[in-house]
Amino acid sequence: MNRFEYVRAGTVAEAVQAFGAGARFIAGGTNLIDLMKYDVEKPGRLIDITRLPLTGIEERDGGLRLGALATNAKVAYDDRVAQRYPMLRNAILAGASAQLRNAASTGGNLLQRTRCYYFYDAGTPCNKREPGSGCPAIGGVNRIHAIFGASEHCIATHPSDMCVALAALEAVVQVSGPDGERSIPFAAFHRLPGDAPERDTTLKPGEIVVSVDLPERGFAQHYTYLKLRDRLSYAFALVSIAAGLELDGDTVKTARLALGGVAHKPWRNVEAEALLVGKPATRDNFQAAADRIVAEAKPQSENGFKVELARRAIVRGLEQAAAGTPQSLSDKRIQ
Amino acid sequence: MLLEQSPPVSADTPIPITLTINGQRRELQVAPWTTLLDLLRERLDLTGTKKGCDHGQCGACTVLVDGTRVNACLALAVMKDGAEITTVEGLAGLGERKGSNALHPIQEAFIEHDAFQCGYCTPGQLCSSVGLMNEGHAKSRDEIREAMSGNLCRCGAYTNIVDAIEDVMHGGAR
Amino acid sequence: MTKQISPAAGLDRHVGSARSRVDGPAKVTGLAKYAGEFAAPDLVHGYIVTSTIARGRITAIDSSAAEAVPGVIKVLTHENREKTAEKAKAYADMVAPPGTPLRPLHDANVLFSGQPVALVLAEDFETARHAAALVRVRYAAEAPETDLAALLPKAYDPPVKRDGIKPPPKAWGDADTAFGAAPIRVEREYRIADEHHNPMEPHASTVVVEPDGTYTVYDKIQGVANSLMYLQGAFGLKDDEVRVLNPYFGGGFGGGLRPQFQLFLAMLAARDLKRSVRVTLARDQMWSFTYRPGYIQTVTLGADEGGALQALKHHVVHGTSRYEDYQENGVNWSGVLYGCDNVTLSYNLVQRDTATPGDMRAPGAVSGMFGLESAMDELAYATGQDPIALRLVNYTDRDPVEDKPFGSKALKACFAQGAERFGWSRRDPKPRSMRDGRELVGWGVATGIWEALMMPSSVRAVLTSDGKLELGNSTGDLGTGTYTILTQIGADALGLPMEDVTTKLGDTKLAEAPVAGGSWTAASSGTAAMKACRNIASQVFVLARGMENSPLANVDFERVVFTGGRIAVAGEPERGVSITEAMRAGGFDRIEATEKAGPDTDFAKQYECYTHSAIFAEVKVDEELGQVRVTRVVSAIAAGKILNPKTARSQIVGATVMGIGSALHEESMLDHRLGRYMNRNFGEYHVPAHADIHDLDVIFVEEEDKANPLGVKGVGEIGIVGTAAAIANAVFHATGKRVRELPITVDKLL
Repeated sequence: MNRFEYVRAGTVAEAVQAFGAGARFIAGGTNLIDLMKYDVEKPGRLIDITRLPLTGIEERDGGLRLGALATNAKVAYDDRVAQRYPMLRNAILAGASAQLRNAASTGGNLLQRTRCYYFYDAGTPCNKREPGSGCPAIGGVNRIHAIFGASEHCIATHPSDMCVALAALEAVVQVSGPDGERSIPFAAFHRLPGDAPERDTTLKPGEIVVSVDLPERGFAQHYTYLKLRDRLSYAFALVSIAAGLELDGDTVKTARLALGGVAHKPWRNVEAEALLVGKPATRDNFQAAADRIVAEAKPQSENGFKVELARRAIVRGLEQAAAGTPQSLSDKRIQ
Repeated sequence: MLLEQSPPVSADTPIPITLTINGQRRELQVAPWTTLLDLLRERLDLTGTKKGCDHGQCGACTVLVDGTRVNACLALAVMKDGAEITTVEGLAGLGERKGSNALHPIQEAFIEHDAFQCGYCTPGQLCSSVGLMNEGHAKSRDEIREAMSGNLCRCGAYTNIVDAIEDVMHGGAR
Repeated sequence: MTKQISPAAGLDRHVGSARSRVDGPAKVTGLAKYAGEFAAPDLVHGYIVTSTIARGRITAIDSSAAEAVPGVIKVLTHENREKTAEKAKAYADMVAPPGTPLRPLHDANVLFSGQPVALVLAEDFETARHAAALVRVRYAAEAPETDLAALLPKAYDPPVKRDGIKPPPKAWGDADTAFGAAPIRVEREYRIADEHHNPMEPHASTVVVEPDGTYTVYDKIQGVANSLMYLQGAFGLKDDEVRVLNPYFGGGFGGGLRPQFQLFLAMLAARDLKRSVRVTLARDQMWSFTYRPGYIQTVTLGADEGGALQALKHHVVHGTSRYEDYQENGVNWSGVLYGCDNVTLSYNLVQRDTATPGDMRAPGAVSGMFGLESAMDELAYATGQDPIALRLVNYTDRDPVEDKPFGSKALKACFAQGAERFGWSRRDPKPRSMRDGRELVGWGVATGIWEALMMPSSVRAVLTSDGKLELGNSTGDLGTGTYTILTQIGADALGLPMEDVTTKLGDTKLAEAPVAGGSWTAASSGTAAMKACRNIASQVFVLARGMENSPLANVDFERVVFTGGRIAVAGEPERGVSITEAMRAGGFDRIEATEKAGPDTDFAKQYECYTHSAIFAEVKVDEELGQVRVTRVVSAIAAGKILNPKTARSQIVGATVMGIGSALHEESMLDHRLGRYMNRNFGEYHVPAHADIHDLDVIFVEEEDKANPLGVKGVGEIGIVGTAAAIANAVFHATGKRVRELPITVDKLL
């Protein structure tokens, strides 16, 4: 790790005020310290925000406000989350390990960086790490990389599970910064790489995530989080599916579907979701939505399988949601 | 309020912190980049906590911070100011249910079930097991397996580790 | 003489019984210290800078920014470091393959990505790591070659054979003609990925400079004698100048057989600074040396309608480095396991710009037997036979290569008992015929085989007049249970409780023993321990018999037993004396004996020695999504006498887990343009986690084997051989899809 100043902030205002060029906020640290040890992140100043009063989970407008410093474990095991947003609980518990979830924060989860091998390896070029240096993942080892929304500059994926559920739930991110407070709809929080892959989100310098607000609609009856990976736990998703349905009898009233492991941000296709609305919750209709989504896929040299895997996972995920048989977290048999 | 109401601490000034480690209160001066893991291993000679990957991907460094299991390699010591830390060296002193030989029941169960071979992941597996039982979420074998998956064991003692945890969890240690 | 020695009749209370590890308390309390954990005053921490190119030359190294960091002491490179032995041979360790061993920081040449190019020395670890990132290295890079498949045309028969590794036997019969004439033919290519050992403990060395200028070295190694030899060769150190220890060892699997560059660098730095130095590898640097080389292999089987093999060919190609011809036994198994009159086995290497690969748990057997046992399963389907029946048709009680009988081979019993435990008779052989909900269920079987070896080993035993026994030699306990089994042997030989027996290992000051590997330690060190203890027993007996009014007067040694700390006449427990009394009466505070054991050459002339296994695996595969779960494995193992069923079972279970990793997870992925392994971390190089491992069942089919007096054949490797094939065969049975390339990841099943 590089040499850095350490500042401990007591309020959001102090934290924002302490920010400057080269500074980073640190909460759980589970990704930032990891990256600092690889010399990928080299902050000149670390602003410790763990003592800010942002650890709570509160009722708000019929939904829940998750404090940015509520740990992943705290959110996942909160009774209200379990009852009203089980998709989110399942997504969180599908990610990382118990130890990491005990440390990692809600805000930090949103801000975790890609697991692209090249990004992590300071001995190779990477446009996300060193803009303009190139992207060897293109044409290289890219089994885990994006099939949607990538650019010629970057094919990395966002690694979070939690964010996939938050995208499906249409959460809202509340931030505070030098210019005051603002709300960012979840879909607008993460960005596609385009020609600036060094920027993962639309946060402005000095802005800090203070909470993530869950709207009232939680899809608690018909949901799933289905994660496919290279081992049965403690591995990042090759493809994951967060699905939520509202049904009227057999007819889909509302459909939400977000994919993880396939793009620079949790991937949604609202046209495909719209295809489902007003139609019976049948495998054929799920298949049509899946086909619509993967029609846009542009696989890399080694990850063509993700297209078919995503297609099948979407169908299965929607079936699980419709049947009310969400994927179990501990029994690895896929429902 | 900023630390000690002072400007940011410059990079080469050690920062005073207080930790309670295995029941013992310690006043320490640490550089901000010192991880809890390196503090334990390099400064305090508590080498029971292992460094397997140094990136939160193996669980060998698992310790209990205020009773909760975390990866010590991804925690800056300075950020844990005021915390209570329990390492494998302090497990035997936890709780009322002590086994014989002054070991924690989970330590006895690991020996009884041969839940380790080389022993390098073992301190992390032990602390993680205690953390798991403190959490109280995992009950079945499937749930224990899932909840212990953050602790890799290259010798492959997994089945024996789960046996040991079940044994203690269901009150049948030794 | 060796053959007459046996544990005193009826007294083997510990040997053969389940016993908890004697090193258990140290390991569960955190008191067991590993190589990178020994403290020394004023310890310097080293962090290695590694090459980012795989082939070329260093043109410049700029260490100024690193050296400017407060706390940095020095940066060592090939330009400013002490001259060590010039000749490459001086760096050859006990298990070095033919070639020119790596000389760290020797010159500007870069031979593989991840090669050490500088060592940053600092007052603390984090400073060293930080400064290492500031060392600027410039290279003249050349295009690397690392793609095994693309390099196949350059494959060659290694001209110099590796010591201790049998090259493929001469072909016998005429396999090509017989294959052409065979009614049933299977010819397939099988591949396995490069795998890295990745023990949980990263490689580390602590070199302590003692006040008298000598060195005490703690090195992560599977046998300290090898590190000692290496240091003496490279640095010209004399016997009394260096002592190497490694009492605890955080996992090896072969990755710790050879001294690695951190040892050299730590010694280099200690000599330079005249201070104690520790160098520990970062996890990503664990991809900078030995690995299990990926295979491209072809297995060709011709059989009659009944499945009897008429032709067998097995050809393997794998990578090695530019500087050493690493060799392993990848094909010989195919000649030993089945009876066939026309056999051709061949084995080639390809040079790649990687570090030299090395032995990894059952080297050669894991990879080669994946090919053979997959092909046998394909043959079973081609002939419409049960896979076990096919193996029994081709069963042989003689080693066809050496034309000698096996010392013991209970493989048929392994099949029978394993099948019974697994429920094999309920298997519907048709692929895709068994299912459980959305999952297809598959049952597969495969055979395992490994050599039963012994290596010359010594053990010193010391009995003191307080009735305590200490055993010791320089080999390592890798987690295999050596501490425990030697303690059991000592306790039984002298009739002492295990608590009164202490075993010390991993110290060059102890009796000489080889590296621990090849599953030879139990047989080798175990036999030496028994001999040393029997030697002591006979000395104590002489003292006991010489006591005034000794109840043992006129009794022969063969008639006495050692039990409860006493020497007594067999069947007359009252008629005896205590060991303590005998020693005191004889005026001895301590009795010491060192004995050596080695292979029984007479036996080896008559018999071939192998362990065998039958592995049964159940998989459940999601039909739509291709997710594979290994839900059950039964391993039936024939490995002679089992000294400690508890620790031996753990060896088999652990090897099974690694076999599951090999089958489903493990793959070090090279970017061939960079010549660099890219998934160099535990997050992306997947080894099985808790959630991947379900029911593992072990059956020991005990054999009477006379290769050594203990009757032990070793259990370290056999558990992994055949496991991947059994799983791949089960996947075929479940899905109808034959995956011939490991690991079996989801993409191969869609």
